[in-house]
Amino acid sequence: MRRAACATIVLVILAVALGACGHSAPQAITVYSGRSEALVGPLIERFESETGIDVQVRYGDTAELAALLLEEGANTPADVYFAQDAGALGAVAASGMLEQLPAALLERVADRFRSPAGEWVGTSGRARVVVYDAAALAPADLPQTIDGFTQPAWRGRIGWAPTNGSFQAFVTAYRLLNGDEAAREWLRGIVANEPRRYESNAPIVQAVADGEVDVGFVNHYYLLQAQREQGLPLVANHFLRGDDAGALINVAGAGILTASEAPDQARRFVEFLLGDESQRYFASETFEYPLVAGIDGPGGVPPLASLQQPDIDLSDLSDLQGTLRILQEEGVLP
Amino acid sequence: MALARATIARRPARPGMPPARLLLPALAIAGLASLPVVYLILRALEVDRASLDLVLRARTLEILVSSAALGLAVGVGAIALGLPLAWLTARTDLPGRRLWTVLTAVPLAIPSYVMAFALVAAFGPRGALSQALLALGLPALPSLYGFAGAVLVLTLATYPYVLLGVRAALLHTDPAIEEAGRALGDRRRTVFWRITLPLLLPAIAAGALLAVLYALSDFGAVSILQFDSFARAIYVQYRASFDRSLAAVLALMLIAVTFIVAWAESRVRRRALPLAPTSRRPARPVHLRHWRWPALAFCAVVVGLALVVPLATIGYWLVRGMAQGEPFRVLAPAAGNSLLAGSLTALTVALFVLPIVFLVVRYPGRVSGWIERVLYSAYAVPGIVLALAVVVFVLGAVPLLYQTLLVLTLAYAIRFLPQAIGPARTSLVQVSPRLIEAARTLGQSEAGAFRSITLPLLRPGLIAGAALVFLTTVKELPITLLVAPTGFDTLATAIWGAATEGFYARAAAPALLLMLLAGATVGLLFHGEEQHR
Repeated sequence: MRRAACATIVLVILAVALGACGHSAPQAITVYSGRSEALVGPLIERFESETGIDVQVRYGDTAELAALLLEEGANTPADVYFAQDAGALGAVAASGMLEQLPAALLERVADRFRSPAGEWVGTSGRARVVVYDAAALAPADLPQTIDGFTQPAWRGRIGWAPTNGSFQAFVTAYRLLNGDEAAREWLRGIVANEPRRYESNAPIVQAVADGEVDVGFVNHYYLLQAQREQGLPLVANHFLRGDDAGALINVAGAGILTASEAPDQARRFVEFLLGDESQRYFASETFEYPLVAGIDGPGGVPPLASLQQPDIDLSDLSDLQGTLRILQEEGVLP
Repeated sequence: MALARATIARRPARPGMPPARLLLPALAIAGLASLPVVYLILRALEVDRASLDLVLRARTLEILVSSAALGLAVGVGAIALGLPLAWLTARTDLPGRRLWTVLTAVPLAIPSYVMAFALVAAFGPRGALSQALLALGLPALPSLYGFAGAVLVLTLATYPYVLLGVRAALLHTDPAIEEAGRALGDRRRTVFWRITLPLLLPAIAAGALLAVLYALSDFGAVSILQFDSFARAIYVQYRASFDRSLAAVLALMLIAVTFIVAWAESRVRRRALPLAPTSRRPARPVHLRHWRWPALAFCAVVVGLALVVPLATIGYWLVRGMAQGEPFRVLAPAAGNSLLAGSLTALTVALFVLPIVFLVVRYPGRVSGWIERVLYSAYAVPGIVLALAVVVFVLGAVPLLYQTLLVLTLAYAIRFLPQAIGPARTSLVQVSPRLIEAARTLGQSEAGAFRSITLPLLRPGLIAGAALVFLTTVKELPITLLVAPTGFDTLATAIWGAATEGFYARAAAPALLLMLLAGATVGLLFHGEEQHR
């Protein structure tokens, strides 16, 4: 029994000591990052060495971190929320937890890539594309619109990820452009073609490379990342016609929490993400589109300026419950 | 047979009220474990009528039923693999017995999504094995996606629960009972069915219960294998709509299922033969003779699927990535954090389980039954639910402790405590209260009797439970991501952080380290156990 008591005491001391290390010093900020360490870790290290500001990062799933922020409310230790999609930023902003960003920061990116109320700003762009098996298909074989994939010729050849946030943002865009009924129609058409489901974009690219499916609905950079790791010369990206919902360009972005105790440092962080160095980093390391004018985009894809964006305000992509409802009622999601 | 039955001691008929020094700590622990349920009820109360229709659809019931079927199939599968493996590694002269003991337990530390990914990579339509079959002109494999694949992967991920629990029970069972059966002329097979198996029933049921509940709460494997389970529906609700109240309604439904499963397990246990509290000596190993070849083949197939295929896949990622210039990263801090969190949790659970198991074994009844069920509910909710509950209550009650290692350890501990109950119970039922009374009569103090008699006899059960807890803690992801101190990277978060973006080469190093850590830990524990015997 005494041994047990000793163990308890040691446990508590150790835990409190280690726990104390977790709390931030004054010259430090806490970032909740829905973008993985593999993607943005090196960039954050650069920020730390350039500014001397210590950054504590909590990496996680973008949507789960949004749920965490919503539960924490005003007690959140986070200063910055760095998210993978506009919808999650919108959900946190809608609860009044994000502060108004300075105009100088907002104006670095085009209107269409930031919140109209100025509560978050896009830091990099991600285009929806169709990734395809170039050994089996020529570009001319592929439809110009996402509707084309409801043709029976595509039966058993499509890969998609209905649980993925980027896909759901696309469905919301489709609803906005063509109405709910058309969106249901499109989903039914694709479901009739018996698509293979994957849990995220990266496995879809892998599945196209492995020949499980011929085409997949993904974001443009997953292929570029996979090519860096594995080569994959016979897989390619297909960009749909500019006015099509399938050509949606979503953003990763950041917002500053109103609860932040270091708002100045937090602003410097967001400013850094919009700086030339970071924007070039996104182009060369994560293969996303830089959103600040004058920075070249990633190689191997058409430049952002040449891509037409369907006529949608990204902040309108916030009707997530409506999209979820349609996806569930059409049997696409559990 | 009559003699064999006669030697088996019965539990005290009327246990009476448990003393406060047992009841209070047990209630405190159950109180902690009830936080997820309380949180869910609070959130569920916020739901408005209109949205409620959204979740109370026929489809929801359909998914609940298919989830239950998945749980049942995984439970049966875990017994089918775990029981024979336990017997082979504990009671026979299987060649390489000690090595198999370690190898068959390690898969518990492989995150289920890594195992799912590896099996898809190997057995998927254009996986390595399918290609080999195709080259040989053999027919293609059946698809791994869907129900069958989910059952296969989750069975491989959970059979160690049955294996480790039953193994501890086998090492414990007084061979005299079985020998008596043999002496009375029963054939070995009859003895197995009529004596050994009924004696093992509690351990089997406890292990299978853990497997079933794991299958119900798993998110990683079912999403890779594209099977719509109930836990997946809950995650979809959180992720796609940020609606925590609807997710809460779904999670409460899952908890109701948990209660039913846990209740069924306690019924099975009540029918079992209680283990005899008598002297322990190792059973004479069964000579397998020519049966050792099929036995070896069985072990090889299980270890091949559950360990070698994941290892080979990860090794392939590593080599392929390094060929493309990906550097091999040493992840000392992450490995250190995993080791630290795993050990602290194992230790905490070993402490927590003591009052619980004494209450359950010595004072069975309605109170202990409910305490046990509450504990199981914290194990069966999806990780994100427990994480959010911890966030809400810690911020509300002790904000100073928010995002500390202490809270993380407690969260892990209430999550994984049920894994330690079964093995500890198996050990404790063999400590006869009469043995303690004898020690007391001989002048030992109560604490002295506990130290010199109860604890040594409990030891193997506590060790088995701690091993289970350690192995599952080091692979835990959803709670770690949301509750750990900010910046507290573990091997599991490192694997996830890379694999989620498709950087498989970068995920390989932490995954290999995780398995190495698991193997070393299991090896050490079993080594200690053998020394002790």
